[in-house]
Amino acid sequence: MNDKPSQVSREQGLQWLLDMLRIRRMEEKCAELYGEEKIRGFLHLYIGEEAVAAGVIPELEAEDAVVATYREHGHALMRGISMNAILAEMYGKQEGCSGGRGGSMHLFDANTRFCGGNAIVSGGLPLAIGLALADKMQKQPRVTVCFFGEGAVAEGEFHESLNLAALWQLPVLFVCENNLYAMGTALARSESVTDIHRKAESYGIHSTAVDGMDVMSVNTAARLALKKIRTEQVPAFLEMRTYRFRAHSMFDPELYREKTEVEQWKQLCPITTLRARLKAQQVITDEDIAAIEQTAAAEIQAAVAFAEAGHWEPVEDLMKYVYTESENSVIPAQAGIQTPPP
Amino acid sequence: MNMTYREAMRAAMREALQQDERVFLMGEDVGRYGGCYAVSKGLLDEFGEERIRDTPLSESAFVGAGIGAALGGMRPIVEVMTVNFSLLCLDQIVNTAATLRHMSGGQFSVPVVLRMTTGAGRQLAAQHSHSLECWYAHVPGLRVIAPATLEDMRGMLRVALEDPDPVIIFEHNALYNREGELPDDVSVTEIRRAAVRRTGNHISLICYGGNLVKALEAADELAKSGIEAEVIDLRSLRPLDDATILTSVRKTRRAIMIDEGWHSGSLAAEIGMRISEQAFYDLDAPLARVCTAEVPIPYPSHLEQAALPQVATIVSKAREVLGQHV
Ligand SMILES: Cc1ncc(C[n+]2csc(CCOP(=O)(O)OP(=O)(O)O)c2C)c(N)n1
Ligand SMILES: [Mg+2]
Repeated sequence: MNDKPSQVSREQGLQWLLDMLRIRRMEEKCAELYGEEKIRGFLHLYIGEEAVAAGVIPELEAEDAVVATYREHGHALMRGISMNAILAEMYGKQEGCSGGRGGSMHLFDANTRFCGGNAIVSGGLPLAIGLALADKMQKQPRVTVCFFGEGAVAEGEFHESLNLAALWQLPVLFVCENNLYAMGTALARSESVTDIHRKAESYGIHSTAVDGMDVMSVNTAARLALKKIRTEQVPAFLEMRTYRFRAHSMFDPELYREKTEVEQWKQLCPITTLRARLKAQQVITDEDIAAIEQTAAAEIQAAVAFAEAGHWEPVEDLMKYVYTESENSVIPAQAGIQTPPP
Repeated sequence: MNMTYREAMRAAMREALQQDERVFLMGEDVGRYGGCYAVSKGLLDEFGEERIRDTPLSESAFVGAGIGAALGGMRPIVEVMTVNFSLLCLDQIVNTAATLRHMSGGQFSVPVVLRMTTGAGRQLAAQHSHSLECWYAHVPGLRVIAPATLEDMRGMLRVALEDPDPVIIFEHNALYNREGELPDDVSVTEIRRAAVRRTGNHISLICYGGNLVKALEAADELAKSGIEAEVIDLRSLRPLDDATILTSVRKTRRAIMIDEGWHSGSLAAEIGMRISEQAFYDLDAPLARVCTAEVPIPYPSHLEQAALPQVATIVSKAREVLGQHV
């Protein structure tokens, strides 16, 4: 793994702290809201992994595209989707970024080219290939960033996609969020070779393993990789070594890992370690930290209020969004039966 | 004995593992995690890693491996977490499992059992709420079954394992937590015949799996106004038990098919067609169906519920068929 850069400007340090805290605190709130049954269905928290989204996504240009998984709240927030729209989506309200139809696992936003929220493991990789292919064919100087968990590496679609990206030299940044578990299956129990970045190398893709708990390392690696993609028109691959502190989803009793392991990883928390480092270097003060917390808390409070005040889509709209709106688009709902002739 | 549907399937798997060395369970998170729906919880401790085999996220590879192991003399139970993910192994199921016997002129058989959860209703949104049973029921070479009662949840696996051909068992997610009283002697049930779960003379409600509960509730509701509905639980979606369906429809002269699949091209459509082919002149009213609205399943509860078959929709459809508009 690359050496850790150690110095960071006050401005950059504060920004990273704020970004990661916004994700963390928002998701802590989500867990609470789940308990209150405001958020339903599946809810997968990113807590512990914030450095990845916070380190990569701010390096993107406005025209770049992002493809993510069902654990994508942080990515959506970093991409600039408002917390209001994210929370409203998790409530299932019309004001949500997917109009309420998608929920937590399916956050979308065309404005920021945030292409979901895919809940089929590895399902996003071929999509990212296609987005990049379209850019290449249309000579658009854009990059597609594709986030996925290490569980996806066992799927055929992962290998097929990496091969295509390399074969066609597509501008894709693959970001594997290796948090060591796919639900309850530890990486070593699912992969014969656990150095995931080496798999990408085997396809001839420039590939690096990165300390995903350190936002600076993540950011440096992302910047280098994006530069390479933009200048050389090739794909690149980053294996982010990270860890999820919470259960896989709200249904997971966590029988497959030791509490001590979780505790050890918590020592590497990307937020507390950065905060400690910046304080030790006397780049930031306790007042700065308090101010950041306050900013995040205020944003969350407003977002919850926004989601609460949002509206349920009328049931009459059920058949919407299946096809482009047109005369031919609507299949009649279960029609009545024929009545007898008089 | 009082138990949940989940426990009934677990008991069936435990029994199969105890009685036949060739049986093993494989799938994503069936071992350490205890099964996505906790169906296999505890089996790893009892039978060990060889026979309760966690797989990577490689649906095509491990289902294909199950097919191969069946070909090689084992009796694999392959758990595909949910029907939604079975789309990644559709090729292995349709192009390999279903065809080997035929393509080999009867030389090879594939005694594999695939189990998968199906159905919507838990606000899991469009990619996690499919009911694609009818896709599999379309394919010659497969047997497709769907337990709807506790007895069937307990007893169908054994028959499936004895079948020399590939069998897919669809378990509706809404059933797992349901409880009921299971007679001690149930370890095997009939899977070839549909079951009449309630008798009646006025209308046949034909359903399967997770929707039996709704159909029975609808029948109770109809009974309050003197309408006696007969409820048919298909149990086997391929092959369909035409005889039981037709006997019922010839008696009641009216039928509604209830199916969580989408309206167009549904299993309900197939059954309706069979009835019109074989019992058209016995009917007193047009056939009808209650299916899922043709929309990917939306996340918000009110929209999801509006899309799915409901007791109230079955009741009003029955009144419509009987000419009693309310
Ligand atoms: C094709 C497919 N198979 C199974 C699942 C069920 N499932 C959802 S998340 C998950 C684990 C994925 O782990 P990983 O890719 O490492 O991502 P993480 O959850 O750790 O972020 C599984 C098995 C699924 N969504 N899609
Ligand atoms: Mg993972």
